[in-house]
Amino acid sequence: MSYLDQLNTGAKSKDAGPPDESKLDIGTSQGGADALQQPPATTVDLHREYEEAGVKDVLDELDRELVGLKPVKKRIRETAALLLVERARRRLGLAYETPTLHMSFTGNPGTGKTTVALKMADLLHRLGYIRKGHLVSVTRDDLVGQYIGHTAPKTKDIVKKAMGGVLFIDEAYYLYRPENERDYGQEAIEILLQVMENHRDDLVVILAGYADRMDKFFESNPGFRSRIAHHIDFPDYTDEELLQIAVGMLERQHYHLSVEAERILVSYIEHRRVQPHFANARSIRNALDRARLRQANRLFESDAGPLDANALSQIAAEDIAVSRVFRQKPGQTADSTSPEDGGPGDGPEERPS
Amino acid sequence: MRITQGTFSFLPDLSDAQITKQIQYCLDNGWAVNLEHTDDPHPRNTYWEMWGQPMFDIADAAGIMMELASCRKAFGDRYIRLSAFDSSSGWESVKLSFLVNRPKNEPGFRLRRQEGHGRNMRYTTEPYADAKPEGERYAV
Repeated sequence: MSYLDQLNTGAKSKDAGPPDESKLDIGTSQGGADALQQPPATTVDLHREYEEAGVKDVLDELDRELVGLKPVKKRIRETAALLLVERARRRLGLAYETPTLHMSFTGNPGTGKTTVALKMADLLHRLGYIRKGHLVSVTRDDLVGQYIGHTAPKTKDIVKKAMGGVLFIDEAYYLYRPENERDYGQEAIEILLQVMENHRDDLVVILAGYADRMDKFFESNPGFRSRIAHHIDFPDYTDEELLQIAVGMLERQHYHLSVEAERILVSYIEHRRVQPHFANARSIRNALDRARLRQANRLFESDAGPLDANALSQIAAEDIAVSRVFRQKPGQTADSTSPEDGGPGDGPEERPS
Repeated sequence: MRITQGTFSFLPDLSDAQITKQIQYCLDNGWAVNLEHTDDPHPRNTYWEMWGQPMFDIADAAGIMMELASCRKAFGDRYIRLSAFDSSSGWESVKLSFLVNRPKNEPGFRLRRQEGHGRNMRYTTEPYADAKPEGERYAV
């Protein structure tokens, strides 16, 4: 696709109906480039900048799509304001240094860290702090090699791929294993620190993980702490928020809950929260997946003649009520071999280690 | 004698900013970029040493420039060539190739004449540089 084609599609999608994000991106980034080529301005209209850079779209999207997370949204708003002002200052010749943008997201599993990181990449791209705006999500396995001399090329490969975008390191504390002094993780950490310092213009690193373990990680790696400007803490969802998330998830897949089922789901959330391996929204997603499985089986086995769209898309109370969560005492480990609850269970992704 | 090879070879050497733009053009087209180096400038020397593997799935030129910087650090006294490969037709074909580094001093080529039967003349060229063993040719 030629440059002109891209511009045209960008313009078209702006005019017509639902905006396509990727195409809009091209449009706005071109606009940003034009603005930079203009002679230095003497005044800056922050509100116009805010609208034109598309920051508003991203923040609105964040508000709309993510339930709860008030403090996170507030922090992102503040960060966006800072970056916008910084950009305006740069335009007036008041600032030349790229601000440190590396961040750490701490919070329990399933609290939306990856989702917010995606939005953050989009935001930074629209503000022109990163050139491409893609997110490369990695864990220890992608960075650390298996034998001597394997780690450096592996880490560098990932860094190369993340250039121009955001490098999201999930469960970053696994990089540092103090109990094994020959662990190759240290090598990856050194390369990352170097890149975070020397390529500040080229990529943004976001470290994510549980709050307490991240704190320990930062304590033993002070280099990371000093290079990270923004620490954002993700709170757990409340029960009402989880219910709202569940309803939203089902709506997106064109399912709905019967009144009875919704009541059962509320008590399911209460029960599930006190059990081990609770992973907030992810647990809810898995529970809904299992409910869909049971619904399908129920419809198949009851064999009640032709089904209409409503029957096919309604989750009934019994689809949730048979969950083993209700039969367990709080604090007891889930028995993953329970036959009634086989299938896509509380998979390994929910386990804390 | 300045070696000319590949695209842009009759222009002055590209600056890093210009190289970055060329790389970005390649990446935007979905081509994989590869770095190679040699200290044998003979035009028939086609297969150069590879610097790592060709770089796939890279979005931004900064990643390649990082590799180029480390290649220059190791082999700054050699020729370094950047090639871009297009795989959209099912096989990798070179779409763009140009020199991104050359030795400070390029002594050029000697023309050798060999007298054959019946006053026949055979001509061949050889780089002055390859009188020395590999690795020492352009070392200062």
